[in-house]
Amino acid sequence: MRLSDEEQAMRAGAFGPLRQWAIEHQIKVGRYLGAEDFVPVVQAHIMADTESLGAAGVAWLERWAALPGRERQVRIPTITDPRGTDFAKAERLKQQPWMLDLERRAIAAFEALGVLMTDTCINYQTIMPPVRGEHCAYGDTGVVIYSNSVCGARSNFEGGPSALSAGLTGRTPRYGFHLDERRRATLVVEVSSTPRDLAAWGALGGVVGRLAGDYWQVPALIGIDCVPSSDEMKHFGAALASFGSVALFHMVGVTPEAMRLEDVVAAGAALRTHDVGAEELRAFQAQYRSNIDAVDLVVFSAPQLSLIEMRALADMLDGRHAQIPLLTVTSPQVKADADRCGLTARIEAAGGTVLSGMCFYQSYAREMAEANGWERLATNSAKLTNILGGYGYRPVLLSMEACVAAACAGGKLVR
Amino acid sequence: MSAKIFHAEAGMGRKVEAPALVASDGFSARYDLDRIRGVFSRPEHKLAGESYRGRVLVLDAAKGGVATAWMLYEMQARGVVPAALVLNRVNPIMVQGAALADFTMISGFDCDITKAIPNGAMVEIDPTAERPFIRIMSSSRGTPEPPP
Repeated sequence: MRLSDEEQAMRAGAFGPLRQWAIEHQIKVGRYLGAEDFVPVVQAHIMADTESLGAAGVAWLERWAALPGRERQVRIPTITDPRGTDFAKAERLKQQPWMLDLERRAIAAFEALGVLMTDTCINYQTIMPPVRGEHCAYGDTGVVIYSNSVCGARSNFEGGPSALSAGLTGRTPRYGFHLDERRRATLVVEVSSTPRDLAAWGALGGVVGRLAGDYWQVPALIGIDCVPSSDEMKHFGAALASFGSVALFHMVGVTPEAMRLEDVVAAGAALRTHDVGAEELRAFQAQYRSNIDAVDLVVFSAPQLSLIEMRALADMLDGRHAQIPLLTVTSPQVKADADRCGLTARIEAAGGTVLSGMCFYQSYAREMAEANGWERLATNSAKLTNILGGYGYRPVLLSMEACVAAACAGGKLVR
Repeated sequence: MSAKIFHAEAGMGRKVEAPALVASDGFSARYDLDRIRGVFSRPEHKLAGESYRGRVLVLDAAKGGVATAWMLYEMQARGVVPAALVLNRVNPIMVQGAALADFTMISGFDCDITKAIPNGAMVEIDPTAERPFIRIMSSSRGTPEPPP
């Protein structure tokens, strides 16, 4: 990789051992992935729940956090993905003291590094959406795909160590979706049935993700007959990233780089084309319903809920009462507004629990299942259904309305 | 099988010799593994129930989210970790995780590597070679490959 004078100085240790480690890490990654140089980034976003970090990862962070202040502070705005708990509700979730201790240690270390503890995976709805063309280092697949596709920003998937490195060096290796040539469509998906609820948008993301197959694929969707809302794009993108490891999509006539299909297809390129209709979406949702007549809990999470989703849920729960755990996960920023607008009180008066700053699957999901006797779970998040199987759950993908109905019927699924 | 050495486009980490655990399926530490028990835990995964500890995982593509970037380091620290990863296609997360953990990984072949390596074969991986490679040492544990 070509290095500037400043980058060479960082590598030589002139800016301290942490920045030296950071740029060395980035060079290793950049070389593997064919980067020729670095690109400056304006924001970084770190995924670092302690279930992922483990005790070893937290100790690793603490070593760096003990450096002198000027050697350890990030140099661009650097924020965090959801944490592994909501301290105010941890007891209710039956999380163990050792989990909370690890979380506190990780938070203290990140704060010492100058990281803003935003604890959110919907920063594009709540903190500072990126601008078209901005280069970023985002560390949540849902954040990356939304920012790349809907906002027209430029980021790769940056895991915790790499997002932290970007925060410290102010740059990232220039490969993947920082490059024009990687942003062209590699497959076309013709959609004949535009989804009408968030779960169905997630199902579409899941279907397209499976068709795409890997990180380097860029689907271009045609046939969508509306302008999807931010929440619809959020669920579609999160599922597409989860099922396909995809980081960028184009929706022709909607997303900013694809006003026309020709804008994102190289001249003369013959792309594989797939048709997706109502039958494929129904089959996707049906695969999770086999042999499940009732669920143990309902979870709205992954991604965290917007204020608009919180409002919709509060409206659905008015005059009803959940008979099984109904967990609703949102960001600290939305939680404050939901409190102020009375939404939290309405959801909790109906038997729900509003959790803030965490995400269900990033919060020791396996241990919570064992401690609470949870196995069968209903959600409107396709992403969550994809992840939780490995944690021992049997998830069902339903609309928000159907999830609420199940919760209020003691878990029984209404056919 | 005519070739016993398969060259990769890229590699990192150290030389490794270990038995291969092979499937035509994806890989994500968060989605697919019970990292405490050291087994594949996602029921739909083709290696569900299999122990990955000390095995060279030969799989198709990196899948899922960003957590693997931390998890390989954490798995390495506890010693419940594969010996190496061999993938047809990586995503940046696998590369970032391997870089943090000093973990052995190679990727990018001119064939489907999950079809080329027999499950259970003893393999050698050298990511430090000028052209990183995986070599079949014996088609099953203790059975040397005949010379080509």
